[in-house]
Order: sequence, then C-alpha cells, then structure tokens
Amino acid sequence: MTMTVLTVDDSRTMREMLRLALAGEGYRVVQAEDGVHGLEVLANEDPTVIVTDINMPRMDGFAFIEEVRSDPRHRATPILVLTTESDAEKKARARMAGATGWIVKPFNPAKLVDAIRRVAA
Amino acid sequence: MDPLAAIRETFFQECEEQLAELEAGLLAMEEGDTDPETINAVFRAVHSIKGGAGAFSLEALIRFAHVFETAMDEMRSGRLAPSPDVLKTLLRAADVLADLVRAAHDGDPSDDARSAALVDELKALSPDAEDGEGGEEDWGDFEFTPVGAPDAAAPAGSGWRIAFKPRADLYAKANEAALVLRELGRLGEITVTLDAGALPLLPDLDPEAAYLAWTIDLAADVAETAVREVFEYVDGDCELDIRPLAAAGEPDSSEATPEAFAAAPTFDVAALIASVQSTAGGAASPDLPAQSPSADPSPTTPARKTEQAPAAAAAAGATIRVDLERVDRLIDLVGELVINQAMLSQRVMEAGFARASNVAMGLDELEQLTREIQDSVMAIRAQPVKSVFQRMPRLVREVAAMTGKPVRLITEGEGTEVDKTVIERLADPLTHMIRNAIDHGLESPEARAAAGKSAEGTVRLTAAHRSGRIVIEVADDGGGINRARVKAIAVERGLIAAEATLSDEEVDSLIFMPGFSTASEVSDISGRGVGMDVVRRSIQSLGGRISIASRPGLGSTFTMSLPLTLAVLDGMVVSVAGQTLVAPITAIVETLQPKPGDVHGLGGDARVIAIRDTYTPLIDVGLALGYRAESLPAGQGVALLIEGEGGARAAILVDAIQGQRQVVIKSLEANYGQVPGVAAATILGDGRVALILDIDTIVAVSRGADSTRAEKRKAAAG
Amino acid sequence: MTPTQTVPGGARELISFRVNAQEFCVDIMAVREIRGWTAATAVPQSPAFVRGVINLRGAVLPIVDLAARLGFESAEASDRHVIIVAQIGAQTVGLLVDAVSDILTVTDDVIQPTPDVASDTARTFVRGLLAIEGRMISLISLDRVLPSLELEAA
Repeated sequence: MTMTVLTVDDSRTMREMLRLALAGEGYRVVQAEDGVHGLEVLANEDPTVIVTDINMPRMDGFAFIEEVRSDPRHRATPILVLTTESDAEKKARARMAGATGWIVKPFNPAKLVDAIRRVAA
Repeated sequence: MDPLAAIRETFFQECEEQLAELEAGLLAMEEGDTDPETINAVFRAVHSIKGGAGAFSLEALIRFAHVFETAMDEMRSGRLAPSPDVLKTLLRAADVLADLVRAAHDGDPSDDARSAALVDELKALSPDAEDGEGGEEDWGDFEFTPVGAPDAAAPAGSGWRIAFKPRADLYAKANEAALVLRELGRLGEITVTLDAGALPLLPDLDPEAAYLAWTIDLAADVAETAVREVFEYVDGDCELDIRPLAAAGEPDSSEATPEAFAAAPTFDVAALIASVQSTAGGAASPDLPAQSPSADPSPTTPARKTEQAPAAAAAAGATIRVDLERVDRLIDLVGELVINQAMLSQRVMEAGFARASNVAMGLDELEQLTREIQDSVMAIRAQPVKSVFQRMPRLVREVAAMTGKPVRLITEGEGTEVDKTVIERLADPLTHMIRNAIDHGLESPEARAAAGKSAEGTVRLTAAHRSGRIVIEVADDGGGINRARVKAIAVERGLIAAEATLSDEEVDSLIFMPGFSTASEVSDISGRGVGMDVVRRSIQSLGGRISIASRPGLGSTFTMSLPLTLAVLDGMVVSVAGQTLVAPITAIVETLQPKPGDVHGLGGDARVIAIRDTYTPLIDVGLALGYRAESLPAGQGVALLIEGEGGARAAILVDAIQGQRQVVIKSLEANYGQVPGVAAATILGDGRVALILDIDTIVAVSRGADSTRAEKRKAAAG
Repeated sequence: MTPTQTVPGGARELISFRVNAQEFCVDIMAVREIRGWTAATAVPQSPAFVRGVINLRGAVLPIVDLAARLGFESAEASDRHVIIVAQIGAQTVGLLVDAVSDILTVTDDVIQPTPDVASDTARTFVRGLLAIEGRMISLISLDRVLPSLELEAA
C-alpha cells in the first residue's frame, strides 16, 4: 500500500519541492494551497500524513490543524508543521493546535522523509 | 528537464507573482488600506521568496528578504506604523527585491550598493527588532541532518535507560508511543519493558486516556542529545527520564520500574508488545502496512482511496495549471481543424451538393461547432492584462523620480482578458507610452501650479473590450500637444510642406511619423532613441492601431486597439496576378471599383485615385510585391481604401475580391524568414498556402520609393 | 578550402538523390520525410531558387529548388519530382529534387575530401565525395541552402 501525504502550502515552489522529495521516495502526494483547500481535499482523501505550512492566506496552519483535529476521520492523522520559523513560540502554538511534529525549512529531502517516518506507522 | 531545475523555474515564476502581490499590497496600503490581511499578505510574499531562496541557497536574496521580512513583521505586530515615508521605503525595497530576484534568476551580479543602502534604511525602520546577522542562523544549517547523527560531545557510555510515560495529549496529537520506540530502535539495540500497571479494567477504560509506560534500555554509544531528539515531538506530552545505563545500574524501584506487571488486567498485551518489537528497528518504508496499535477511527481500504482520487482532483480548486506548450498545441490543432473543415466544405460545394442537402447542412453544423471549439480554445490562453499593468507602477515611480514630477497612476480594467501572445508584446509599447506621458505629457509641478492644476499629475491606464478588440488607453492630464511646435518640427524635418494646411488631428498624428523624434524625445527617459513611430509600428505588427486625441491644457489620450488574439484574423481574400492573398479586414475602410477617370498618373509609376474629390495614393499590390511588371490598366481591379497613420489614407489595388473569411495565422518566419510586405501566411480551403499582406509596409515602401513624397503629402492633405 | 565535416566513429546513413543527372546525398538524420510535388505559393522578393511555400500539415514549408540552388538549370517541377523534407537547425525546409535513389550506409573513411575546385557551389555545399559502385555521389551540407542564412553569410 502506498502512503499518501497531503502537503498544504501556499508556495508552489515549496509544494513542488515537497512533491519531488516525496514522490522520489514512493509516496503518493496530494496538494493543497491553503487551509481551506486542505480541508476540501481531506473530504475525499485520507492521507497517512499531513505536512502543512503555517502562514497561509484564507486559513493559516494553526486553524487548519485545529479543524483537522476536530474531524473524527482525521483526528489521528499525524500532522507535521512546515515552517521557516524555527522559533519556540510558533512550535508551541502549533503543538497546542495539535501538530504531531515539525520540519524546519529549508529542509532537505532526507530530513523530510525522516520526519515523516517518525510519525507515520 | 532536470526536476530541480524545473522547480527552480517554478520558484522564479512564483517570485514574480509574489512580487506583484507585494507591490499591489504596498500600493493599497499607500492608498490607506489598513486591513491586517493586506499587511500579512505583503509579509507572506516576502517570506515565501525568502523561503524559496533558502532552498536554492540564493544568499543575496535571502539576506535582503530577511531584513525586509523583519520590517514587515514589525509592521504586522503594530510596532511599525505604515506612514507614507515608511511605505515609500518599502516600495523601493520591493523594487530592489525584484531586481535581486531577476539577478538571481539570470545569474547576474546584483547591485550590492543599492541593496545595502536599503538594508540600512529597512533596519532603521525596525531598530528594536531582534535580528541576527541576516538570518544566518536560520539558513546556515541547510545541509545539516542532525537526526541520529553521532555527537562529538557524546559522553562515552554503554547506553541509556529511558523511562517514558506518555500522557493523553501525546496521542491526541497523533503521536504514537510505538513509533517513538521504533525510532529509539534505530539508534541501537533496545530492550523494552512495558508497564501496564495503570490499565484499568475494560469497563473503566477511557479510550482517550494514556495508561501505559515503558522503560527502554538502549545499548548504544550515542549522545544524550540524539536520544532527546527522538522525543522531540512528544516532549511536554510525556514524562521522560533519561539517564546513562551504567549509572542506572541495578534496576531501582523508581516509577519507571515494571512493578505491577504481574497485575496486568484481563486483556492481552502480548500482541501490542509484539507489534512494538516488530516495528522497533524495522526499516522505514512507505509501503509498510499501517501497524499503528491505536484504533483508527476510520479505517479505509486502498480501493476506496483510488476511487476517490479523481474526485479529489476535481475538488482541488476551480483552476488548474497547464503547460503552455499543451495549450499551444491544442490551438494549432484546432487551427488545423478549421482549415480542414473549410477544405471539406469547399470540396462538397465543388461536388455539386445543394445548399439545402443533408450533407451541406451537416457541414454547416460542423462549421458552427468548429468555430465554437476555436473560440473556447482561444479563451484558454486568454489572460487578464493585469500581468502587464502590474509592471507600470514601478515604472511610474522611476520616471517620476527622474523627471521630478509627482505622478499618480490610476489603472482600470486590469481584468480585461486578451490572448497571452498579445499580452507578451504589449509591455514594450505600453512602457514607452507611459514614459512619454510623464516625460512629455505632464507639465512641471510649477507649470501645473501656474495653470491652476494640482502639483501631482495623473496618468490613467485603462483597458476594455470593444467590438471584439481590446482597447487600451493611456491618458495624462498634462498640457496637451503643442501643435505649433509639432508642426514646426515636421516642416523642419521635411515631413510636411511648410504651406500644408492640416487639421488638428493630422497635426497630432505627425508625432507617429518616422523621423519625427525631437532631441528631447530621445531623452534618457522617453526612450533610448525610440520614437512614437516605433511604438506605432510594434502595435501595427500586432494587427493593432494607435491614435491620439489631445486637448490643449487638459492633456492627451493615446488609444490603441488590438485584436484579442494573434492566432486568427478576419481577412479579405483577394486575387493579385494569379495569386491568392489575404488582406486584414481591420486595415480596410472601404472597397471600391475605380473608374478609368478616377486614376491619375503623378509622374513615374506613382498614381493617385480620386475618392470623393480627395486624391489618395494608389498602390498596385501586384507591382509592389513584384508579381507583375506593369500596373493594372486604369479602371481595372478593385481598390481597398486603407486607413493609415491617423487619417492619412492610401488605396491598394488588387485584381479581384474573392470573399471574406477568418483565417488561421501561420508563421512564415519559422521556416523561411521575413518577407517585406508580407505579415504572415495562412492555409486556405484548397489546402494551399496564401500570404497575408502587411499593408502598412506595402504603403510605406511605395511611399519611400517615391521621390515626390512631399508633393504627395501635399496632395493628400489638400 | 572548407574543411570536411566528419562525424567521429562508426557508420552513418545517407540518403542519395538525383538532381540534373548528378547524384548527391545528405545525412539521413536531417531528413524528416519524402513527399510528392505539390504546387507552391510564390513568395515575393525571394531568390530564384525558392519555389515558394507549401502547406505541410499546417506548417508553412519553403521549397528550395535544389537544381537552381546548386547552379544547374532549374527544370519545370512536375508530379515526377520529389520533395525531401529536411530539418536544418530550427527550420524545416523542402528540397525539390528529381528523384530519390538510395539509402547508403557508409563509414567516414570512404568519404573523400572535396578536391580543390574553383566552383563556388562546390565550396559552399559539397562536404565530400563518395564512390559507390562506380558512381560519384557528392555529400552536401544543408546549412546554407536557406536564403535567410545565405543573407546572413553575405
């Protein structure tokens, strides 16, 4: 069974980087451009892991995580926060919202795959 | 293409979008927009550029974006007020950022002095912001992969004893104790002991609570930081005690000891342990079946996922991105379809089917459908002119600064759509027209004050659809065309006779004439030695027209009208010396059959035709293109009256008109080269190539070849 | 004298054709297809060796009368003539020839350098000579048959 990763990021560059890094490792990648779009995708997808950016238009990463955690279908889906902001405050807020872990940008593919492996069964 | 290179291209493409967003946001703030989301959008644009730049190690870009971002962060948190001065600095910073992006893209050296100066200005805006040196600490460790790496400062030891008791929060965040143990197993050999002592009996079991604890002995010579790193995501959501194995010595009776293992209640934990141990040390693989011991609230099957994938794609948004090559290919194919359909119709007609026959009627429907497909396909490539309009505010700022004239740019109709191929070729003429409007159109602030106008000049850039074409206007509220001066220059340059009487419109149109450019016209700003004649030519090469309307003291308006696409053209199919040619209909004002008495020789080969008492140059296309050596005898053929440079007209003579039809434009240059007098080619219903006339060139060449040009102008004007 | 072009190593395939009773060949890699003659649309102000343009599946293809280009008398094109559609750089061009005769597989060593002759045509187009079964075949280079390139070179 192929694992599916949902990537939520408003930057096309970042989405493409993620896709390149993950597709090369055999993951199936579905993409969303922001939190609202991410929730729409989740209506029809059941990803193994979600990787999300924090600062996005329409719905930011924090709100997105809270929404996912309140959805019975996805409350147990690991969510990794992807952000250039490595400061403790962002991490803490993400954790409070229900993030499983985080990846500090810029990531390299090894770091990314490693982080996913750590949270995905 | 190398996938990373492709992403790099995507990054730069996206940078352009973000730069546009950045500028739009700053401009909106300048207009008084105080919406926090606007500030945030600006922040995000800079932030995204920095993020991508980091991934590609574009140092100069990273450093500048970082300082910019810090300033925007200050503004976002309310510590920096968006005053007009601050916004001016930020707008200039946006320009520098744009330059840095382009320099990074092209691999050009960046203007370090300019960006350094702005870095200082930006830093001065946010003196209190805590900021490292250009954010090195954020970016320097790009290649460093700390997870599981041996640490030089590791205390030598034989291993670690880890007491690990998750709290409910840990599971609520979708972390898994089993996965943490598996990670530990990657560091070395582990011995796991489960403490299920806290487990209540089944009826009392809260599925959301955490009851289990583990003691793990890790027999590996790794640093404590490496062990702590495994617990990075769960830190704070568990009780954790890590001590060296040797120091732990004999198992003590701490809380981590499996004291009540024997009291394990009435359910089987063996399976859970087995699961943990089988995953521990197992290599990670995305193909690994899910082994999470926790209950999945919505187990799904792979089959269901596959079924739902297309639905997800459909739900993924109202737009899709398509490679332009694919669209171009589609447009080419539809062009083929149109030609094929025309060929088929022609053959059916030749075969003698009646108009009312089923075959002919079916063909009519096919033609209708084909046309609709063509329109729909062309619409795919249509884009709002916004992408070009967006570049203009910066231009206005620069020209305003250079000329010392305060300018306000107003844009309207940014959403007006036109074919991408047209948009790409719009930027240059538009740039020139706007420069011209500020440099020549607007008066100095002093002159404006004297005329009772506000010191700040206005340039209005608008786009709209009008009768199947796009009309773009550049209007200034300056002094208008100085007609006396324009006329004097034209006489001085031999463009018109000194005694010529011209209407105001004709005088205004003189600025489009080749050779008109005055000394000030080729100033630094208006244009690298480029006159309005070049603007007119480039617009005409797009099948467009440009005109000017000017009111003394109130300003000038340049209006250009362009076809919505460069892929098709409405043409008049004509015969000339046995050849079939196409004349663009937009150029033709009217057609007429000259009587022998209407045509007069004017010395040499030159001829004029009298149209309602006005003498207009008559150009034999067959002669101009070299298809025949002698003009058609007077009174033969059909004259197409052409609207040339603002009012000045010419008539071109062809043998006969075959009809009107839309033709698909094909490049002649791609496989051959430019041919003077020929704009492009097309393929007609009989499958043969027909050339599309470049009427302006034919007229210009005929004029240039004529030695009695001044006389002719006089005749035309009189 | 123009140095002869050689491709390092191995055999290559050439397509040979007749123009005015002489035999020429070009590298088969440059040839896209071979088709019969169709009437061309005249192009104004073109050199005498450009027969005009034809429709090749929607693309506008210039036709170079190779006889005229090589300095021979150009014959009236008819159904017996053949158009070799060749790729020259980024451009696709049709070459009007009398007939296609053969496909030859040769190694570089059998291509003899062009003897030093006075003819401009030979120096411009001929890249080497082959002797095949007693026939002399001139290997020609296509990169200067186009008028646009010719203009640039002038």
